[in-house]
Amino acid sequence: MLAAAIALVAPLLFPQWVTQLAFLWLMVLFALTWDLLGGQMGYNSFGNVLFFGLGCYATAVVQRDSDLPYFASLAAGMGLSAIVALAAAALLGPLILGMRGQYFAIATLGVAVAAADLFAGWEFVGAGSGIVPEAYPGSIDERTRFFYYLLLALAAATFFTLRWLYSTRFGAVLNAIRDDEDKAEAMGVRTTRHKVFAWMIAALYLGLAGGPVAGLIGFVDPRELAFAGTTFGVWMVLMAMLGGKGTLWGPVIGAVVFHVTQELFWTWLLGWQRVALGLLIVLIVVFFPQGIMGWLREHRPQWFGETVDEQRAAEMPADTASAGDRHERAA
Amino acid sequence: MSALLDARDLTKSFGGVVANRAVSIAVPQGAIVGLIGPNGSGKTTLFSSVVGAHEVDGGSISFDGHDITKLRVDAIARLGLIRTYQQTRVFRGMDCMRNMLVSAPPVRDNFGAMFRRFPEALEARAKTLLDFAGLYTKRHLRAGTLSFGQQKLLEFAMALMREPKLLLLDEPTAGINPTLINQMVDRLRRANSELGVTLLVIEHNMRVMMSLAGYVYCLAHGELLAQGTPDEVRNDRRVIEAYLGMH
Repeated sequence: MLAAAIALVAPLLFPQWVTQLAFLWLMVLFALTWDLLGGQMGYNSFGNVLFFGLGCYATAVVQRDSDLPYFASLAAGMGLSAIVALAAAALLGPLILGMRGQYFAIATLGVAVAAADLFAGWEFVGAGSGIVPEAYPGSIDERTRFFYYLLLALAAATFFTLRWLYSTRFGAVLNAIRDDEDKAEAMGVRTTRHKVFAWMIAALYLGLAGGPVAGLIGFVDPRELAFAGTTFGVWMVLMAMLGGKGTLWGPVIGAVVFHVTQELFWTWLLGWQRVALGLLIVLIVVFFPQGIMGWLREHRPQWFGETVDEQRAAEMPADTASAGDRHERAA
Repeated sequence: MSALLDARDLTKSFGGVVANRAVSIAVPQGAIVGLIGPNGSGKTTLFSSVVGAHEVDGGSISFDGHDITKLRVDAIARLGLIRTYQQTRVFRGMDCMRNMLVSAPPVRDNFGAMFRRFPEALEARAKTLLDFAGLYTKRHLRAGTLSFGQQKLLEFAMALMREPKLLLLDEPTAGINPTLINQMVDRLRRANSELGVTLLVIEHNMRVMMSLAGYVYCLAHGELLAQGTPDEVRNDRRVIEAYLGMH
């Protein structure tokens, strides 16, 4: 509640940081959608940035080519973004999600690289010089505030969609696929259907986020923004890892910590910020691979409800199984 | 009446090695059937062929009136034929309850049912079966933190959660201590008599097999060597030779 209130009034409290805060919500959305596959389902994608890029371009093209007023064309563009992103995931999913482990990771990386090259050479969308979406009808400050709230709403929608999703059978099936996909199939689970659906959900929110970010920046570059595999594409993975893969709050916490750290590097270590960021990545992967939530779960399992039912155990001292357990430990 | 599972002339080779040569077995509805044989005799290969984990080179398999020879693993499982693994496979990162819930068949096999919460009745059933397996008090622990024997019990309970017609158990008592073996055998028998699950069991422990199965098949070198009641098979000269290595 408190966090929600702060998020809503933040642009008034910190008017000079609104753009950075808008990007914070984008990072939260990135980390959450990446974790849907990477953390919950065990499929590490390096190509999720593809859907974001498609969203950037779809919205920009609609805004450039339609005669609709600004907000109508933005809405139409985001609608098209959603459709394009969903279609891309639905078409690529059955092909790529059949691969496992590092093969899937490499294949997704390839898709993202190919998309960047494709758009950088496609005249219709401005090729290498990018595309400029319709200018916001208002002052720069108004524009920034508008997109801040739009991105906040999208990040919140992503969070609540995933929270609901993880409480359903679907969420449990994703975890089962992560832990042992062959076993899940042997139990009769339609794994492909679940995997493709999960990717489509991630693609939907990534696609929707593309338009607002293009509008906020006012320019779509194929490699620096839309299909920025070495920045956004890697950060997604990193933020989810830092916060704790496979948890709902992990990616949110990871995104906040990462984004703040990165802004501090930019402010205090100018010139060395990329080196510092690279070092941070190495440190996280080597020393903290399970992330903040993962570390807590490891060391404080009782906070996560992972406890033996002592009451029941005391009620049933003659429980045959616990007698067996004791025997086993003694043996 | 035809058998629940009827596998005829199954042949499967890996490269030049023939793992199963024209093996035929039948499992009648409601029975407990055993499958024995020395290491490397092709028992697990036969299991994998039956559940569709790999294609067979020859022969046919029918289950509950369906021809399942060409079906994939998940489709066969949905018909009610479930297997457990020799090495024991559970969803290690999930707690026991979620392991159980996700193993249950969905309410319906459509898109809507994918996004439903688990009904309370299902949770109650999961608890009952965990109690049956002696894991009720550990239901909130992650499966990966359980001992090997407990994971075997969990895998068995998960299989029951799927409401199978036929359960294929690959060495359900291997690697667990004698006390737990007796409990396991007791639970297998109860699953058969109380829950009406037909069982096909691979087992090395002849004492277990004698007390459990009503009919036993013995494989050696990928071929069916003998079949009959446990007593008949145990006293079969060829079986003794195969086990003791006197060719």
